Amino acid sequence: MRFKEKVIHSFFFLNGVLVVIILLGIFALLVFTSIPAFKEIRLSQFFFSGIWNPDAYVKPAYGIVSMLVSTFLITFGSLVIAIPLGIGTAAYLSDLASPRVREIAKPIVEILAGIPSVVIGFLGIVVVGPVIAKIFGLHNGLNALNGSVLLAIMALPTIISLSEDALKSVPKSFEQASLALGATHWQTLIKVKIPAAFSGIIAACMLGMGRAVGETMTVLMATGCAPAMPQSFLDSVRTFSSTIAIELGEVPYNTTHYYALFAVGLVLFIITFMINMASDIILHQYRKVTK
Amino acid sequence: MKRYLIVWAIICVLLNVTGNLMAQEMVQIKGSDTLINLVQKLTEVYMEQNPGELFAITGGGSGTGIAALINKKCDIANASRLMKAKEVARAAEKGVQAKRVVIAMDGLSVITNGGNLVDKLTLDKIGKIFRGEITNWKDVGGTDMPITLYGRQSNSGTFVFFRDAVLKGDYSQKMRRMNGNAQIVEAVKEDISGIGYVGVGYVKGAAGIELNVLKVAARAGADYASPLNASEVKSGKYPISRPLNQYLNGSPTGMVKDFIAFELSEQGQEIIEQEGFFPIPDAYIEFNTNSVGI
Repeated sequence: MRFKEKVIHSFFFLNGVLVVIILLGIFALLVFTSIPAFKEIRLSQFFFSGIWNPDAYVKPAYGIVSMLVSTFLITFGSLVIAIPLGIGTAAYLSDLASPRVREIAKPIVEILAGIPSVVIGFLGIVVVGPVIAKIFGLHNGLNALNGSVLLAIMALPTIISLSEDALKSVPKSFEQASLALGATHWQTLIKVKIPAAFSGIIAACMLGMGRAVGETMTVLMATGCAPAMPQSFLDSVRTFSSTIAIELGEVPYNTTHYYALFAVGLVLFIITFMINMASDIILHQYRKVTK
Repeated sequence: MKRYLIVWAIICVLLNVTGNLMAQEMVQIKGSDTLINLVQKLTEVYMEQNPGELFAITGGGSGTGIAALINKKCDIANASRLMKAKEVARAAEKGVQAKRVVIAMDGLSVITNGGNLVDKLTLDKIGKIFRGEITNWKDVGGTDMPITLYGRQSNSGTFVFFRDAVLKGDYSQKMRRMNGNAQIVEAVKEDISGIGYVGVGYVKGAAGIELNVLKVAARAGADYASPLNASEVKSGKYPISRPLNQYLNGSPTGMVKDFIAFELSEQGQEIIEQEGFFPIPDAYIEFNTNSVGI
């Protein structure tokens, strides 16, 4: 019996460690495959030039600035749309909705998370794009705004369900105290419950952001993928992830271009890692507070 | 115990079935987005006539197809451009002897929205537009509105062919990089300011109504020719006509050989015409005979 328990114990230990090993493995792979890129590309060019054109007719250029700006542009746009909407929905679900509405609405929100990104990208081409073009009087709707709207849709389920959890775990006594002091339902929600659940909500938003930064297919389909530096939300953009997706399929192995794509991947990995790490730290802080 | 037996039985059956499927030879065709619909159609007709022979066709772009051929991940690579010298060298390194077959002719079509007044351009002007040197339609005889460029992504053979044959320089950074011919056609149909380039097989049906298929002249003063006119494409009077290729590893045998022979047969060439592309001229028939003996 003792022996059996030990075996089971070490089995689960290995499972736990495996994830860490995989993460470190991916990181090491990205780092080691990126390094050779910088034999030919100057670091200053890579990080400060806005022109990315590896299959150039004359002289290849490897600069990530416009991709960096593009990625942050659509991520920022998606958060501007998704955060108010997500928190509003979460507040409604946790405070106002009758149990029956909640029973129907919550699973629907979760189904939204399961829609494949290709399908959302397709929606961007046939629905969101033409609508944007009409509203802004443009000739076409393949631009950063389109990407932002779609990424907002994809980030919403994460933001809604985590924010709702945060709101729900605010102790009942807070609410009762507020109501007993004569505050209205609205005042209680805005001035008591949301501030109390604030760090949980922030963590939810950051996880939603993490999803948006790395999303590939949707952006690839709906943003037009022009590599020029975007001037506004109505310009076509090309993100880190779509560049990798487009170019990695045909790039000859072990060339500068190949290594440069891994370097782009490394930058993307570091960005998403930092976002997830930050949200994790905030979430921990918040758990400590509520306990 | 009984339950275990049942599970085992199921696993064995599954292994057997998948094993059989794997064992059955399937010809893998991969590559050019311009060629995918055409080759799909050819295999459908061929499989109808030869039941039991299986083909799997995927796209991804000429670059992707050629990379797969070099890595021995496919039997036939569709390519709307020629293999680059580097690719040939890498193939040789890996022991892949790439053989080229020309199966159809394409009049690479430059398209604009049906509402656009411009219906013909010189090669030089098209180059300037896609390099980003001309940015307004009024400079080429249209109305005063900015030009929106639609092109392909860099894994596309059409991207490379058009750049090398027409632009002789880099594409404008503002060109939208679309995911395939069909997406360019859809985008230009919607966008009055748009211009794009696609294989002629993709403008069939929409030409003249929703789309203008531009007449192109090799230089100022030369005659304009249309990619929709078979004789002008075949004779080379249309300046951006090109052969559509398939690359094989070594001289073909078995199913691959039979299929290539079918593509080059009268029936195969008829299907190619139905799909909006053009049959190969005599010079390429001779080329194929020299290359793969069909």
